[in-house]
Amino acid sequence: MTDQQQEDLRRDQVEAGTTTGLAAPTLDVTKDRQNSLWSDAWGQLKRNPLFWIGAFLGLFFALMALFPSVFARGADPRKCSLANSKQLPSAAHWMGYDQQGCDYLANVVYGARTSLAIGILSVLGVLILGVLVGALAGYYGGFADSLLARITDIFFALPLILGALILLRVGPSTGLPILSDRGVGAVAIALSVFGWMTAMRLVRSQVIAVKSSDYVAAARAMGASNFRILTRHILPNAVAPVLVFATITVGVLIAAEATLTYLGVGLQRPAISWGLQISSGQSLLRTAPHLVLFPSIILSLTVMAFIMLGDALRDALDPRQRS
Amino acid sequence: MGRYVARRLLLTIPVLIGASFLIFAMVYALPGDPIRALAGDRPLAPAVVAQLRAQFNLDDPLVIQYGKYVAGLTHLDLGTDFHQRPVLEIITDRLPVTVKLTVVAVLLEASIGLVAGVFAGIRRNGYFDNLVLVSTTLIISIPILVLAFVSQYVLGLKFGWFPIAGIQQGWYSYLLPGLVLASGSLAYVARLTRTSIAENMNADYVRTAKAKGLPRRTIIVRHTLRNSLIPVITFIGADVGALLGGAIVTEAVFNIPGIGRAVFDAVRGQEGAVVVGIVTLMVFFFIFFNLIVDVLYAVLDPRIRYD
Repeated sequence: MTDQQQEDLRRDQVEAGTTTGLAAPTLDVTKDRQNSLWSDAWGQLKRNPLFWIGAFLGLFFALMALFPSVFARGADPRKCSLANSKQLPSAAHWMGYDQQGCDYLANVVYGARTSLAIGILSVLGVLILGVLVGALAGYYGGFADSLLARITDIFFALPLILGALILLRVGPSTGLPILSDRGVGAVAIALSVFGWMTAMRLVRSQVIAVKSSDYVAAARAMGASNFRILTRHILPNAVAPVLVFATITVGVLIAAEATLTYLGVGLQRPAISWGLQISSGQSLLRTAPHLVLFPSIILSLTVMAFIMLGDALRDALDPRQRS
Repeated sequence: MGRYVARRLLLTIPVLIGASFLIFAMVYALPGDPIRALAGDRPLAPAVVAQLRAQFNLDDPLVIQYGKYVAGLTHLDLGTDFHQRPVLEIITDRLPVTVKLTVVAVLLEASIGLVAGVFAGIRRNGYFDNLVLVSTTLIISIPILVLAFVSQYVLGLKFGWFPIAGIQQGWYSYLLPGLVLASGSLAYVARLTRTSIAENMNADYVRTAKAKGLPRRTIIVRHTLRNSLIPVITFIGADVGALLGGAIVTEAVFNIPGIGRAVFDAVRGQEGAVVVGIVTLMVFFFIFFNLIVDVLYAVLDPRIRYD
């Protein structure tokens, strides 16, 4: 929706009495210029500490993924010496050494790139599948909708980790291009295939909610194609809820990658991943607890960054919560 | 109501069949040789391989294989694993462990989550409310894998309060894994209760109760809580179904021999029949408890009618 449409809609609603206008404090039907949903949301976000913590952490880890050598203080994660095996953290090596005697700070830092790559790639996959199926089901309705909704139910009933676990386990023997190489792409595919259902339901309900509204009928009357109506008039309504969902899901999927890798079906050595670090540190929990602790802390902070951002976005984008 | 339940039950059938077929297809249709996995390093005689392939229907087309599997299901034959152990026996052996873990998790989730949520909700924006908000955000953000390790290390290894792994000490050994398993839902229950209570505290009927001069305790327990609990109870109900199928990580870290652990081992060993059997059961639990919750909704809230 453009600002103009947004404004018209609100004005219509106030006139029709479906809203009192009290929910949005900036609403003044006599004024010409009207704040959009997004500028209202930004005003709200600016005052939310949750948003700033999330944004700071997110930026921090994004920089870590882009420029790992800076954060690793110049250490090479693959330059190891067994003499240093399992050394505890010190002033020179903040996170100590792992069992192979590699600098652990460097290893943990280089893991950020893998995690963020998988988080973002799989969320893209989830969005592509979810928006496509949801838009088709909601827009065309009828038999297509029933069929797609049933298929969604089927996937929904399978736990994410379990489905991805099975797909990744059989992946290498399938001979399919990306799926069989046990890399970042394979994990992202598995997470997308079993993670798109909520996005589909969000988009579908938004499409159904607006598809019979007057402005869609107007667009159709003016001869707009189905594709144009969907992409220009209907789907923009779903941007806000999908954005909230996507932000939180990045965090959830990063955690899922670590879990799958821990279970032995995700990334394999010599990839650098927090899941691998946690899993190989597990057996050394008694003698070198820092090997599990550090990647765990960084992993949790990364997940937390996205969940906090998503929470803050949801609060900001939901006009009913404004006071 | 009866018609609604019947319709919903009928609708679960295609979902159940679809989900089990999806798993079946992933396990059996994709290339790869389970017989070779069974044989390990020693090569098997061709005759033995042929006999095994026939026994597990590996040479049939996928749909026929699945048809034979479903035909077996009708008389409770879920097939066997590679060591000739019936899958049904594996399930009946492992399921009680997972049920116990789920019971512990749900009890913890309901009790701690509800109490925290109620006290946060009745004094919104108070000290305790903020504490609950911050701690639930933290708990939701920490992956269950990390939570499992940290609690295992701190509470099990450092303080020695709980057994580190296994189920040798009866119900007591389920306490820590149950807490870890419940953590996310616990935080969610606390938040849900909080929002629900806070909303209802301003409702008209609560104001009426106050005007009648009822004591605060009665207002909260008899009036507010009863209405606020509806979404919470339904969430917990649906969560039972999710927890019964979602304990793979917890059972793996704490070495608990439940169905989550069994399905994980089966996936690794490419024991197709075991994977399909257990996953179908998990999907059934999920759908079944969701159905119960929908029915429960109508029972708890007389305004909701399905007919």
